[in-house]
Amino acid sequence: MREFGYQRASDVQGAVALLGADPGARALGGGTNLVDLMKTGVERPAQLVDIRELPLDRIETTDDGGLRIGATVTNSDLAAHPEVRRRYPALAQAVLAGASGQLRNMATVGGNLLQRTRCGYFTDVTQACNKRSPGSGCPAVEGEHHQHAILGASAHCVAVHPSDMGVALAAFDAVVHYETADGPGELPLAEFYLPVGTTPHLETALPPGALITGLTLPPAPVAAASRYRKVRERASYAFAIGSIAAALDVRDGVVHEVRLAFGAVASRPWRAREAERALTGGPATAEAFGAAADAELAAAAPLPHNGYKVTLMRNLVVAVLTELAEEAAR
Amino acid sequence: MALSTSSAITLHINGEKHSLPVDHRTTLLDALREHLDLTGTKKGCDHGQCGACTVLLDGRRAVSCLQLAVAAEGRAVTTIEGVADGERLHPVQEAFLDLDGYQCGYCTPGQVCSALAVIEEHAAGWPSAVTADVSPDAGPPALTAEEIRERMSGNLCRCGAYVSIVQAVARAAAATQSSNTPDSDGTSHAADAADAAVSA
Amino acid sequence: MTTVTTSTAGTTGSVGAAHARLEGRDKVTGAARYAGEVPFAELAHGWLVLSTITRGRIRSVETGPVLEMPGVLTVLHHGNAPRIDGNYQGMMGPPDPVIQVFQHDRVPHAGWPVALVVAETSEQAREAAESLVVRYEEEPHDVVFGAGSPGAYVPDSETPTEKGDVEAELASSAVVVDAEYTTPEEHHSAMEPHAAMARWDSGRLEVVDSNQGSMWVASELAKLFSLDPGAVRVRSEHVGGAFGAKGIRPHQVCAVMAATVLHRPVRVVLTRRQTFSLVGYRSPTAQRVRLGADADGRLRAVDHQALSVTSTVHEFLERSADAGRAMYAADALHTVNRLVRVDVPTPTFMRAPGEAPGSFALESALDELAEKCGIDPIALRARNEPAVGPASGLPFSSRNLLACFDEGAARFGWAQRDPRPGIRREGRWLLGTGTAASSFPSGAAPSTASVTAEADGSFTVRITAADVGTGARTALTLIAADALEVAPERIRMKIADSDFGPAMVAGGSMGTRSWAWAVTTAAADLREQLALGGGIPPQGITVRADTGAAVQALTQKERHSFGAQFAEVAVDVTSGEVRVRRMLGVFAAGRIVNPLTARSQFIGGMTWGLSMALHEEAVRDQASGGHVGADLAGYHFAAHADVPPIEAAWVEDPDPDDPVGIKGIGEIGIVGAAAAIANAVWHATGVRHRNLPIRPDRVLQAGTAAHGAG
Repeated sequence: MREFGYQRASDVQGAVALLGADPGARALGGGTNLVDLMKTGVERPAQLVDIRELPLDRIETTDDGGLRIGATVTNSDLAAHPEVRRRYPALAQAVLAGASGQLRNMATVGGNLLQRTRCGYFTDVTQACNKRSPGSGCPAVEGEHHQHAILGASAHCVAVHPSDMGVALAAFDAVVHYETADGPGELPLAEFYLPVGTTPHLETALPPGALITGLTLPPAPVAAASRYRKVRERASYAFAIGSIAAALDVRDGVVHEVRLAFGAVASRPWRAREAERALTGGPATAEAFGAAADAELAAAAPLPHNGYKVTLMRNLVVAVLTELAEEAAR
Repeated sequence: MALSTSSAITLHINGEKHSLPVDHRTTLLDALREHLDLTGTKKGCDHGQCGACTVLLDGRRAVSCLQLAVAAEGRAVTTIEGVADGERLHPVQEAFLDLDGYQCGYCTPGQVCSALAVIEEHAAGWPSAVTADVSPDAGPPALTAEEIRERMSGNLCRCGAYVSIVQAVARAAAATQSSNTPDSDGTSHAADAADAAVSA
Repeated sequence: MTTVTTSTAGTTGSVGAAHARLEGRDKVTGAARYAGEVPFAELAHGWLVLSTITRGRIRSVETGPVLEMPGVLTVLHHGNAPRIDGNYQGMMGPPDPVIQVFQHDRVPHAGWPVALVVAETSEQAREAAESLVVRYEEEPHDVVFGAGSPGAYVPDSETPTEKGDVEAELASSAVVVDAEYTTPEEHHSAMEPHAAMARWDSGRLEVVDSNQGSMWVASELAKLFSLDPGAVRVRSEHVGGAFGAKGIRPHQVCAVMAATVLHRPVRVVLTRRQTFSLVGYRSPTAQRVRLGADADGRLRAVDHQALSVTSTVHEFLERSADAGRAMYAADALHTVNRLVRVDVPTPTFMRAPGEAPGSFALESALDELAEKCGIDPIALRARNEPAVGPASGLPFSSRNLLACFDEGAARFGWAQRDPRPGIRREGRWLLGTGTAASSFPSGAAPSTASVTAEADGSFTVRITAADVGTGARTALTLIAADALEVAPERIRMKIADSDFGPAMVAGGSMGTRSWAWAVTTAAADLREQLALGGGIPPQGITVRADTGAAVQALTQKERHSFGAQFAEVAVDVTSGEVRVRRMLGVFAAGRIVNPLTARSQFIGGMTWGLSMALHEEAVRDQASGGHVGADLAGYHFAAHADVPPIEAAWVEDPDPDDPVGIKGIGEIGIVGAAAAIANAVWHATGVRHRNLPIRPDRVLQAGTAAHGAG
């Protein structure tokens, strides 16, 4: 790890000024990903701006009945919050499915959005990686990729986004708020992550020097009947090989509203809009769920060793929506 | 202007103040082990992937390997050395000792610190990934063996002492709850869970 | 857990009664200091630099800029390191050349040590090590291993078993199983990464280490550095897990080199990532098992051919095919272990070497045979119970395998099992149960020990034993107490110091047995001396024992521990997830010294079996030749949530030829456990999984034979 400066910001303006003045500066939240990557040499910041003491640690109800979640709210506090658990249970479940109790106590909401892929080539600086070292190549395409992307990837990068939380946020149309030296801005989650294309090293649409201050969840009554399910290679404390956030509102056997997002299949949390379109207004049956999954996964481009993810995601869509439909019928 | 790459800081550890200069790169884990001779906190992976370095930060469990020491200034740190009350072991420590909840002992301080937090987090009503209904209206989940396993999963044990560790956490949770909350409801609740874990 | 029978031997009754670990309080309070935690004045920190190429030569090590960095004291590499001599026969044969650090410019595998940076602090050493530029001349490499790997050979150390005519018996068998099984590269992953401090103290080399045998490490260091054996002292008070990986390794050699060059204490601690290439691992295996049987399941032929990998610089043989040499009666028996050499680090012993992967293949094949014959898997094993060693013809010292199955079947509820696969469902989960046999050789090796009767009425025992988490320190105390007919509180047990003399290492399930023998012998001799009367002088009365002659005099027999493994699993074939719901192991493993810690050791081994069945797999990138995900997030072993209630029990089975009756219990818990789980997965789904680990993607792709069956 190379040497670096450290400053503690006491207000948002001060933090933004520090981050804007030095392109080598990084905001330090919980540090669970950043400090890890500094140790492996993937990140080599010149200075850290500690934002833990900023007044961004609250969860509040918005005027329209949604939630505003501060950037430094810890994952634990997010998952334990009564309004999150009551109104967006899939979000609480997603956060609880991630990492460990210790890491959730440290990790922040803002940091979770910005965490980097766990692709084994990305985290090993002795390997080529277009995301870490643009133009060096992507050994995963020909190499070890059984956990890699089936949707939205390119020949330049097939890494997946590791977040569980982000999958639920994608399903619930979260909006990311940020502050820069030039003032505040916001990005819907759907626009927050950039497509991979030929530039896998460019991951978010945040302007340079921006500090995430929080996010808002618009009101979503459908979210009250929602679920997050994660499949991984260990029963806990492992990243997903496939996950799903789903919410379903069935009225008289017809899908009134549905939300679906996939995790561990793409470089970003994958909102399954094709599947949602296919389902809305149609019957809430296993056949329809399967057909909708097929519609979404028609765009899948699996590699030699991750084709199982197409089957896995289809099965998860059917299983979780069937569960939600059965519960709604009770 | 070049920024300083080290700072003089004061850490609050187990109720005592320690002033020391730190290289900003120094993690809380290395500050404890290399600079303050508090070697009870272990380094198993140095990347937040094993839990051996678990300490309590402001009362909450955290992996000290990913916590920069300089960023821990002003926060209350409890390490394994601060868990017992003098010569009197904490019920969690007693249970690990009695039930052989370890073998090589290297993950043990982290397991013990984590277990303390698990018991508190459960008492605070936090759900877990195996809680069937996370809604606050569903009431707090019983601290079953399954709940303990999920909540302790951030602490790896290569010797494979998990079975005994879960029993120890259940026993300590029951003891803690019966001493802290004398109401009969809570007592029987925790005791049931402990029995379930032990006999499972 | 309840002991099936209680032991009757023992004079004061310490042996056989549950006893908390003597160092337990230190372990739960954090007071126990491991190798990297003992403070020394003027301590410098060494950080290893490993090759980033897989094969070739070092062209240059650009030390200049690094030596200018703050705190850096020296950079050792092949151009300036002290010369050492690796041309010797050590306790385990010639040493793995990886320990002969910095002696030449060749790089034979990824992660080969190329330099050591030493600095005042570990942060400085790390930053400098990561900044060090090493230039290479890269050569093409080959790291591919599999059943068809070219160049497979039978090494000189292997003597294949050839009994009867396997091909003829297979041809005349009514039922034949012919299947290939694979197990991946697996890593010990002890929670404590390797660490050693070396310093020179009044002309003696002192090493504070974490190892399985301080005498072993001391003698290797003495040979490497051409020192008088008495000039080296190695201590290893607490060891944070070992499992076969903690012998002589590059970090100790580096620490000694640096301490010699710098004239101050130097500590070298491996990073987790470095342990993946420097401390050995279990070779991947490709195994073919052929079983031929009559319709009633009587075996006519057993053929077990195992292939494993070794490096280009050293030969280590994973003896998977040995698993069946003493298991089943068959008219014809053929076993052979073969190797292929590729550009990878040298594998080494890992918990139940040979038997762990070998039993997965053999005991899975037995289950397949039971299915084909339509007989119960336990009945099949009973039908083929041998009277004497199937290959050797030697008698068994004791063989209580069937007692384990009887007891296990009763406890597990095996009699109620419907043998048909794929018919039990609970929500999204298919349920199944499986069983497998377990065995591991029992042995003893010469050891020395001393026992001192102190003037204050206490006794001090000194032996170069190692407590790697097994509970050896406590077990030996109980054994000494019984041998001296005193309470354990009067024993002071001192271990893990090479100054105490030669002794067996903690390995091969032989440690406690070998040490107990020496302690018992010394104690008996001391009691004889004390019986002569007279007072005890201030310095006490010390008696030393050496079991060399006694161990050599053991008659040749088939000496093994045995066990029966049971598992129940739940499989969701739509997600591929496999969850183990419960496990039971019943063992016949000699006399159990401390039921509390023995239970932990059995269960620990079974947990390893679960982990092996479902999780563990190191992935090597063929293009680079290095690992992908060489950390504890990439290399999964079982976490809390994976491990269900596991029960371990034992039947009475004292070894009649051992002074204490011990057989050794370190390995047997893992043997057969992965097969029991794989067999249960078949019972749940109707699909055989012959490649470990049974990952979700494999389960998903294999699907189920259960559709329509229920």
